[in-house]
Amino acid sequence: MTAARAKDKRRLSLGDILVNGALVLLVLFWTIPTIGLLISSFRTRFDIQTSGWWTIFPHRDWVTVEQFPVPADIDRSGVMGIRGAKGTFEQFREGVTTPDGNYQLVWVGNRRAGSMEVQENKWVVNWGFTVDNYKQVLGGQTFQIRQPDGSYYTEPGTNFVGAFLNSLIVTIPATVIPILIAAFAAYGFAWMNFPGRRTLFIMVVALLVVPLQIALVPILRDYVRLQLNGTFLGVWLAHTGFGLPLATYLLFSYISTLPRDILESAFIDGASHFTIFMRLILPLSMPALASFAIFQFLWVWNDYLVALIFIGAKPDVQVLTMRIAEMVGSRGNDWHLLTAGAFVSMILPLVVFFSLQRFFVRGLLAGSVKG
Amino acid sequence: MKPVRPPIPVAKPGDLGKRPRGPLEWLATNVVRILISLFVPIVTFVGLYAGFMFLRDSSAPKGIVAVVAIIWGVGGVAALYLVSNWLIEKLGDPWRARLQPFVFVGPAVAILIWYLAFPTVRTFYLSLLDADGKAFVGLQNYGAVFTNRAMFTAFRNNIMWIVFGATFAVVFGLLVAVLADRSRFENFAKSLIFLPMAISMVGAGVIFNLIYAVNPNIGLLNAVYTGLTGNPPVAWTASAQLQPWNNLFLIAVMIWLQTGYCMVLFSAAIKGIPVDMMEAARVDGANEIQVFFRIMLPSIMATIIAVGTTVIIFTLKIFDVVWVMTGGQFSTQVIATQFYREYFTSQNSGYGSAIAIVLLIAVVPVMIYNLRQFREREAFR
Repeated sequence: MTAARAKDKRRLSLGDILVNGALVLLVLFWTIPTIGLLISSFRTRFDIQTSGWWTIFPHRDWVTVEQFPVPADIDRSGVMGIRGAKGTFEQFREGVTTPDGNYQLVWVGNRRAGSMEVQENKWVVNWGFTVDNYKQVLGGQTFQIRQPDGSYYTEPGTNFVGAFLNSLIVTIPATVIPILIAAFAAYGFAWMNFPGRRTLFIMVVALLVVPLQIALVPILRDYVRLQLNGTFLGVWLAHTGFGLPLATYLLFSYISTLPRDILESAFIDGASHFTIFMRLILPLSMPALASFAIFQFLWVWNDYLVALIFIGAKPDVQVLTMRIAEMVGSRGNDWHLLTAGAFVSMILPLVVFFSLQRFFVRGLLAGSVKG
Repeated sequence: MKPVRPPIPVAKPGDLGKRPRGPLEWLATNVVRILISLFVPIVTFVGLYAGFMFLRDSSAPKGIVAVVAIIWGVGGVAALYLVSNWLIEKLGDPWRARLQPFVFVGPAVAILIWYLAFPTVRTFYLSLLDADGKAFVGLQNYGAVFTNRAMFTAFRNNIMWIVFGATFAVVFGLLVAVLADRSRFENFAKSLIFLPMAISMVGAGVIFNLIYAVNPNIGLLNAVYTGLTGNPPVAWTASAQLQPWNNLFLIAVMIWLQTGYCMVLFSAAIKGIPVDMMEAARVDGANEIQVFFRIMLPSIMATIIAVGTTVIIFTLKIFDVVWVMTGGQFSTQVIATQFYREYFTSQNSGYGSAIAIVLLIAVVPVMIYNLRQFREREAFR
């Protein structure tokens, strides 16, 4: 009996190790990409190009500890013995390890007038962090960057502050407006009687999965005619239109399940629909409103396609995602700027996400498919 | 979702439809109804538009413009509801009862029709016209869509995206949900897996471009690959010789983004399975694998299908990841990037519209399923 239980316990703990080990592995796979981006964004342009971001963690590497001239009397065409290391010139160029394995000798320069470097194999970290990338990405002017050899070169800034503000101007109204419109509609569908109610709601359900690509061309034509193209209003309305089916559906499923008694007693007290909506329904629906707000906020902030089509190439209204996508195309190897820029665009959604995760998850669980 | 209760009938004495109504009254009612439901969106639109013109012409600093734009955009919409409701309440009881629903529902319906319902018809019409949208060409654009080589590659890639992307997102989501359920650091692990949900696909494109970079001093994958095999570094996404498997490296980005979503829903579903049922199976001698396949999996099948459908629809419309990482080059194009290329780069409106319609047709089964579900639940009669 006791032996069996002990055995059982041991087996369970082995299972525990397996479960937790597999989970740790998965979590590592999922976090390493973001960590790499974050670390790279704080490294200098030179460091990024010459060593991987993972070298900031302790690792063993060859570090030059001493330099001395190659002994003049040595035969440089044959096998040479220098400080215990043996090898030809070509081997020394690659580096020859000393017998104890802790040092290597490297020939620097040409065969005749070179010198030797003694490198020690030891634990190192490649720490040279800087916030210059962020200064350059956020600023709009030109920047003097000091290179490792002491010279300077000039690079234009990318004015992410402007793009960040544009993202805010687009996102806040594009989150609040559809919620407001959808909440009114959801109340109407749930608690009011009118002809066509069922047909109109079926339209909402049908539109849930319609891909927004279908609407881009006709709406763009309307916008060109109305001169709404490249304006904030145009983008707000577009995001409102594309977010409304899900918003209406989600809020309807919440509002229609609110207890009927509350509304009935309010009616008896003589309250109008509008008063009930403002005083009762909106406060009671806060959880649903919050979860959709986070949904829509993340969706609009992270959107690229709608912005690309309705804002286009206008630099003074461009949002963050467009600015980054543009940089990937034009300066794809400027990793110091790309990483910092990408992180700037991620800060706000990450803050919103972590502080309001509870509501977000609730929204997901109540939600369905977004078109 | 909980079953939906039928709504309260509008309990207003004198508006029970008992009075006989003449045709004139009927006409007047409906005309005013239509006018009112148009009134709110039109006034909203005109007000916002006029205000916007003012904002665009002002040369105030960006910060001030931002604050003004936000207050005026949000406040404008709220004010219009208030104004139109105030007008309705002035009209007296019978009118109010008839028109008020349209004040509530009208704006949403008008915007939905303008932005989604009507464009579907318009795009279909455009797909029957030529490149300039002038001459009628019948189904010629659809013929071109299904015979074009680039489109064939796009269809193949989209299928790869669905087969590998959606499957692995669901499988990993399920795996994490099951593992986390038995782990002591469940919430911590779930938060980290869920985190990519907050990251834009453009941002994810940059993150993975960094991992796939050819220079082994920059790209982690090449650092590992060259370190392990000694081979020269490989351009994982931007190479012709890996084709079609270079698509897998783009698909990995989407798996990374979507696994968190699957995990959250599966996790909730697993917690909903009665504990007794699994305990009973364990007492009867079932091992953990049997418990998973015989009890857990069947119990959450409905969730798996729902989540799988959502992820497939998401995958079908994938655009940002491909557009940012490869621009659809190196045979990585998908339907949505071909749509953009044909319509906006090649300026071929008929062909581009036909591609958009193909995308719509692909989601029609899901739409029908949703509608059938809705009818079964009979949310209201």
